[in-house]
Amino acid sequence: MKKIMTLLALAATVNQAGAQDKYFTKTGKINFDATAKNSPENIDGLHKSVTCVLDTRTGNLQFAVLMKGFEFERALMQEHFNENYVESDKFPKAEFKGQVGGSSAEKFSKDGSYDVTVKGKLTIHGITRDVETPGKLVVSNGNINAIADFQVSLADYKIEIPQLVADKVAKTASIKVDCRLAPLKQ
Amino acid sequence: MNNMKTLYAALQLTVLLLASDYLFAQEEDLLKLLGDEKPKKEIVKNAFKSTRVINGHSMEFLSPGTMDFRILHRFGQLNQGLDNFFGLDQASMRMGFDFGILQNLMVGVGRSTYKKELDGYIKFAPIRQSTGTGGFPFTVALVTGMTMNTLDWSDPARKNYYSSRLAYYFQSIIGRKFSEAITLQVTPTMVHYNIVPLESQSNDIYAVGLGGRIKFSKRMAFTWDYFYMVNSLDKNIYKNPLSVGLDIETGGHVFQLHFSNSTGMNERAFISETTGSWTKGELRFGFNLSRVFQLKKTRKEH
Repeated sequence: MKKIMTLLALAATVNQAGAQDKYFTKTGKINFDATAKNSPENIDGLHKSVTCVLDTRTGNLQFAVLMKGFEFERALMQEHFNENYVESDKFPKAEFKGQVGGSSAEKFSKDGSYDVTVKGKLTIHGITRDVETPGKLVVSNGNINAIADFQVSLADYKIEIPQLVADKVAKTASIKVDCRLAPLKQ
Repeated sequence: MNNMKTLYAALQLTVLLLASDYLFAQEEDLLKLLGDEKPKKEIVKNAFKSTRVINGHSMEFLSPGTMDFRILHRFGQLNQGLDNFFGLDQASMRMGFDFGILQNLMVGVGRSTYKKELDGYIKFAPIRQSTGTGGFPFTVALVTGMTMNTLDWSDPARKNYYSSRLAYYFQSIIGRKFSEAITLQVTPTMVHYNIVPLESQSNDIYAVGLGGRIKFSKRMAFTWDYFYMVNSLDKNIYKNPLSVGLDIETGGHVFQLHFSNSTGMNERAFISETTGSWTKGELRFGFNLSRVFQLKKTRKEH
């Protein structure tokens, strides 16, 4: 019986050892801006409940974003965004699954700001594409702040911009990611 | 023997746990570690492009903090021919302001040129169609409104009461967005007149509305709006209003182009005072123009 307990305990420890490398948030922020030049109004959305998990041991980084969570300055814009552009009922979630290049657990155990390259697959509007972007991981007091700023072409994700609003909505959206990750305890 | 079995099971479990940790480390779904979230209750939106099907109220509500400025036009009868440019020479209009207060509460006021009538209403939904935990399959909304005729008294010689200018309507809307394409609603309605022209006429008119839409592209939908009058002021004069139309959403505006046998643009007028007949070709072209403004900032930046 003792042996069994030891084995079980061992298994549990191994799993937990892995868990300590994982950081997460459910309140990350993503902002996108698709305002065309000279547009009279801002076309931008802010999301304040982005889910993000980072495994510093493997470098795996994953995001999940519920499209309906983007808030706009105008309620009507938000409705149109969900109904006509990203079709949130059909494609409720955007996801990113990728890797932080050149990361290792030891590296991120020390406080500091680390420039990284993030590479992976981004799914929006039901379409998955490879993306690569420079980003930053800022480690302080055992938390990691993941920051990135990149461009996405709306046509790549089959998000159509009708001619009628072409002077307001840009063809590319700039996306800013700001997620404060805390250690994941299992 | 029993002990051996347990030991064996434990060993298997251990190997499994260890293996899962190493084998799948590279490809594991990290998001799953946070657990599956229950789908939240979510109101079904965009059942219609606008808060009106064509004439009648729809199951749709304005977002809180927004104002809908509505300009409605009804033209003359098409069968007047080229002389009156198929009715376009004559126009009757209503200007209205609707305000979204809560997700399920809105109010509005308007004024029509027909009978120089003012109208106002409150629309509230105790139940809204929603998905997720605690969702409900359809919307139930209640509308109560009042109209005020501001024409000069037809007979100034007799004693006229202010209350004679007023009429009321009470309506419930039971509607469901069946799919992205199809929405249907039933709207039992009562119109109450404080005064009717003849003593033999009933002050209360009961009607049932049937409205719906078929959305055939992201920004366009075919709509219809019909009211069946159970009783009427005069069956020989007043007909059941039927309107068929096209909703076009352009981003900032919604245009509701339609053909109808009614001229009235408030519930009292179009439900109980429609004189045109579809079968005699007494149709009119009309349009509603809706523009929504954001009055209150609802987004918090942090």
